[in-house]
Amino acid sequence: MSNLQVSLVELIRRTSAEIPEDVHKAILHSLEQEKKGSLASNAMAIIDQNIALARRKSQPLCQDTGSILFYVHTPVGYDQIQFADTAREAVKEATKKGFLRQNSVDSLTGRNDGTNVGIGAPAFHFHQHRGSELEARLVLKGGGCENVGAQYSLPNEDLHANRDLDGCRKVILDAVLQAQGKGCGPGILGVCIGGDRATGYELSKTQFLRRLEDRNPVPELDALEQDILMTSNELGIGPMGFGGKTTLLGVKIMAANRVPASFFVSISYMCWAYRRQGVRLNATGEISDWLY
Amino acid sequence: MQPGKSVTGFTKISMIELTFPFNENQIRALKVGDEVSINGVVFTGRDAVHKYLHEGGQLPTGVSLRDGIIYHCGPVMLKQADNTWKCTAAGPTTSIREEPYQWQIIRDFGLRGVIGKGGMGERTQVACREYGCVYLHAVGGAAQVLAERVRQVRNVHFLEKFGAPEAIWELEIVQFPAVVTIDAHGKSLHEEILARSRAALAERV
Ligand code: SF4
Repeated sequence: MSNLQVSLVELIRRTSAEIPEDVHKAILHSLEQEKKGSLASNAMAIIDQNIALARRKSQPLCQDTGSILFYVHTPVGYDQIQFADTAREAVKEATKKGFLRQNSVDSLTGRNDGTNVGIGAPAFHFHQHRGSELEARLVLKGGGCENVGAQYSLPNEDLHANRDLDGCRKVILDAVLQAQGKGCGPGILGVCIGGDRATGYELSKTQFLRRLEDRNPVPELDALEQDILMTSNELGIGPMGFGGKTTLLGVKIMAANRVPASFFVSISYMCWAYRRQGVRLNATGEISDWLY
Repeated sequence: MQPGKSVTGFTKISMIELTFPFNENQIRALKVGDEVSINGVVFTGRDAVHKYLHEGGQLPTGVSLRDGIIYHCGPVMLKQADNTWKCTAAGPTTSIREEPYQWQIIRDFGLRGVIGKGGMGERTQVACREYGCVYLHAVGGAAQVLAERVRQVRNVHFLEKFGAPEAIWELEIVQFPAVVTIDAHGKSLHEEILARSRAALAERV
């Protein structure tokens, strides 16, 4: 096995079994906030134990190991085809080792060949940059939370949402209401205002690469993120929809250009089992740094 | 173990013990919001099993759901050297997909409980009231904690037919934590929280 493959198997293992530190911090904070002995606090305590157990046993945090999304930043001229081939092998290997569940199904035949590799699986997003560094980030996106994502087209008459920031606020909060606890909340929202139907969702997921505690450099978006987080946590949906103070752990929003005729707001929901990691790789494919 | 102290280490004085075979009176006495600790045999079943039973399929010999619990779960199982199975991840899967079938399976097979996540709809709620059954919400995503509560994998049915995640796994569980979110009195925590959160949102937009 090449160095790169070994590194990518380790990236997958760690992503699947170890919750990133920023997310764990938010979960512990929520555990503190919830009233002792409440359904919410007991659910958060079980979640916290689950985090410890998965790490100790080096086993998946959740049995749904999700869609496998790679975000790769490469120097100009880097061989992306070879990277993708190696990553597919790493996925097969990680599946054999039980870091990933046999989780990928042929949509026409319903067949699961047990490899997690197929058309569009895993998914790759390559970006070139002028630097010399190779960075690979990985998100494992669960299905239950993917199902509660939503895309709105503004204006939306039912919600009295116009083509402005207040309209965006209304539809994002509606998505939180509709999701209730069904996406294994407390959740994290990744939102893209603008784009088209495809890029909107795709960009909304890039927001999951941000650290939970970071702040949006765009003042309007920063204010909207804080507002949605606070307002959602006043709705009383709580962990698992059991009621309580923590409905969301974080909100991350970006804006992309759109055509004058369309105004989409695309919302991706990430469950508490927020599996995201990343590595910086050296020229021989070994891990030189962890990114989260 | 001390009474009132769960294996998880936090005090759960209020947890109600449920032990297989589950008795109708005890199930009917449960209320939305009750926390339960489940012990004994349960069977997993998800999309393929529900559709199959709904279409008139028969349970395999040796499987009875009468006074039993079905668990919406696609576990990760590893075969051991001695041919037994070890459960390495066993969290709940989304229950609402079984909404078209669940009421009928409660009625025809005498289920007393359904474990899952995310809640279920009107028809299941009505069936719970009519036939004496409850919906038990486990913590979604807690695959490792819940796998630890599986003491033994006793058997597996329909493994060939449906594949590992969709098979009927016969599990012996101990102190499996869940919350009653649909009771046999016609109440649903999901309905209550939805109504309350909708009202709270209306004041904020
Ligand atoms: S939504 Fe997330 S935590 Fe819940 S079952 Fe799916 S992957 Fe697991």
